[in-house]
Amino acid sequence: MRKEKKVKDPRAKLGKLEKREARAGYLFVAPWLIGVGLFLLYPLCQSFYYMWFNIRITPLKTLYTYVGTGNFTQIWLENPEFPQQIVTYLWQTIVEVPIIVVFALMIAIMLNGQIRCRGLFRLIFFLPVIIVSGPVMNMLVAEGAASIPAMNTESIVAAFDTFLSHRLAEAIGEIFSDMIMILWYSGVQILIFLSALQKIDSAMYEAASMDGASGWESFWKITLPTIKPYILLNAVYSVIFLSSNEQNTLITMIQDAMFSGTKEKGYGYAAAMAWMYAVIVTLIVLLFFLLLGSKKDVYDRQIKRRKRALKKEARLVKKIERRGRRNARKIEQARQKRKYKTYSGESDY
Amino acid sequence: MRRFVFGTREKEGAGKQIVVYGLLICIGFVYLYPILYMISISFMNRDDLLDSSINWLPGTLYLQNYIDAASSMNFWTSLLKGIVIAGIPTLLNILVCMLVGYGFATFAFKGRAVMIGLLLFSYILPSQVTMIPTYGLYSKMGIVGTLWTFILPALFGNGLNAPIFILIFYQFFRQVPRVLLEAAKIDGAGHFKTFARVAVPSAGPAILTVGLFSFVWYWNESYLTEMYVQGLSSKSVWVNLVVQLKNFETSFESMQATGDVAVSLSESVKMAATALSILPLMLMYFVLQKQFVESIDRAGITGE
Repeated sequence: MRKEKKVKDPRAKLGKLEKREARAGYLFVAPWLIGVGLFLLYPLCQSFYYMWFNIRITPLKTLYTYVGTGNFTQIWLENPEFPQQIVTYLWQTIVEVPIIVVFALMIAIMLNGQIRCRGLFRLIFFLPVIIVSGPVMNMLVAEGAASIPAMNTESIVAAFDTFLSHRLAEAIGEIFSDMIMILWYSGVQILIFLSALQKIDSAMYEAASMDGASGWESFWKITLPTIKPYILLNAVYSVIFLSSNEQNTLITMIQDAMFSGTKEKGYGYAAAMAWMYAVIVTLIVLLFFLLLGSKKDVYDRQIKRRKRALKKEARLVKKIERRGRRNARKIEQARQKRKYKTYSGESDY
Repeated sequence: MRRFVFGTREKEGAGKQIVVYGLLICIGFVYLYPILYMISISFMNRDDLLDSSINWLPGTLYLQNYIDAASSMNFWTSLLKGIVIAGIPTLLNILVCMLVGYGFATFAFKGRAVMIGLLLFSYILPSQVTMIPTYGLYSKMGIVGTLWTFILPALFGNGLNAPIFILIFYQFFRQVPRVLLEAAKIDGAGHFKTFARVAVPSAGPAILTVGLFSFVWYWNESYLTEMYVQGLSSKSVWVNLVVQLKNFETSFESMQATGDVAVSLSESVKMAATALSILPLMLMYFVLQKQFVESIDRAGITGE
């Protein structure tokens, strides 16, 4: 309604009503705005400031010593564990997230079909969301409840080792040994996919099957393009979940560094670690955005390709025309030079 | 025969059905395996653990593990405190996120797009970056080791996973017909009255989703609870079951030293403690499972 009004009467200044509305809007989001300032932006700047310093807390006051990039060099050169863990984390996340997403999609599709006991299956697959917490997982992993004894990881690693790099093979082996954990992390993702699938218009499938599409084809041509945004959503959710999960040793390392009383560690050191960690997480999220975030689907791409082909054809036609005209002109000139006489059909022959 | 296995266009074939059910049951078993294993182990006594002929069913129903684990974890007090630790911030989360989500959804104001961008950014950013100065801030305010460290951020819409909840409410209130709100306005209701009388009563499913998830996530958050609310000190009054589980081994060993427990630390006791710490949420889940699973559909968590 407001938009129509604006079209009718374009004003630079907001009207009284708009002003009042805007004020109410600010009022509603004000608590969050204060919170963002207090708990996000201010700490963010402060930790950015901290990471260049060595901070010692004495009972009397806090001592700041400027060390420049000292914290970073120390983390990379003198603490072998952190870089190692970062690399492991990177590999794990990049390999595990697609598995989680694909797996969640598979289960969601199966649950979305016409099956009996759907409620029971949903109950089971959603159960982990309720009980997944750092200590519980640690306890279960430590006592061997998290891996199926029948699964032999070593042979899998050996098999992959023959044609992949050792690091990758080990990452894959780790995935097989933590299979249950990976499956447990996909509860919310299954639900998101499930509700996305239920929103797809069934008329589309009917139309496709009337045109002779098989189930396989309509999965690739209808289901996948429609739920593509949710794939991205789930991938990002999985990355964030994996990065803030207490199974992740990196965040425990940051906490340990923060409270360790040694001379070189402390708040500044931990802040440098946390920033590096944040950059890595953001890079992974960006990676998935780049892979999955393009708004265009298959059809858009096909249309674009077709348009490009048409343009090319038109250009070719023009080129031929131009060349034809040029040739005609040349012939004409040559004709005039040699003073050909051709019968124009006007006078007598 | 072929038709029977692969099915016709109208009816799914038996072969396909068997594959689907088989997969679902297998995966379902894998999902339940850790829980079944935990329950089975937790009832075993020392002899059962060592007896290689006993795999799944313990010889006798041995409850001492649970009794000792519960006494080591201070089960009842930890349970009540855990409910308070998760409950109060959840209530605040619901209230504040609803306000903010409503503000984003219904009003047009300058900088709204930027703010929503900031909201998404605050979700992606790992909390470890802001954790260090925040901890400094709390300790300067002298509230480390009290519940205020959870209440304060929740009060300002920055509680645990608050961006998700704000987005859920945002999505939900965008679907509420504008006509409804305008009708209330014409009848003379102010912005807050419209919110309280029209928007809130219609937001039932979203409130339920946010409430359940917020409670579960607060309940399971051991990292921040230990650091802020418990303050990483053993003298603190605030502790919940998950944190107790995290420090279970040390606390159990100290109990053992004083001779308050009957059994020695074994995997059965650990599994019993794990079972105890997830039991309250499991009970809640089985009572509210329908709301849990269906709430996401209705609340539109999946909007853009």
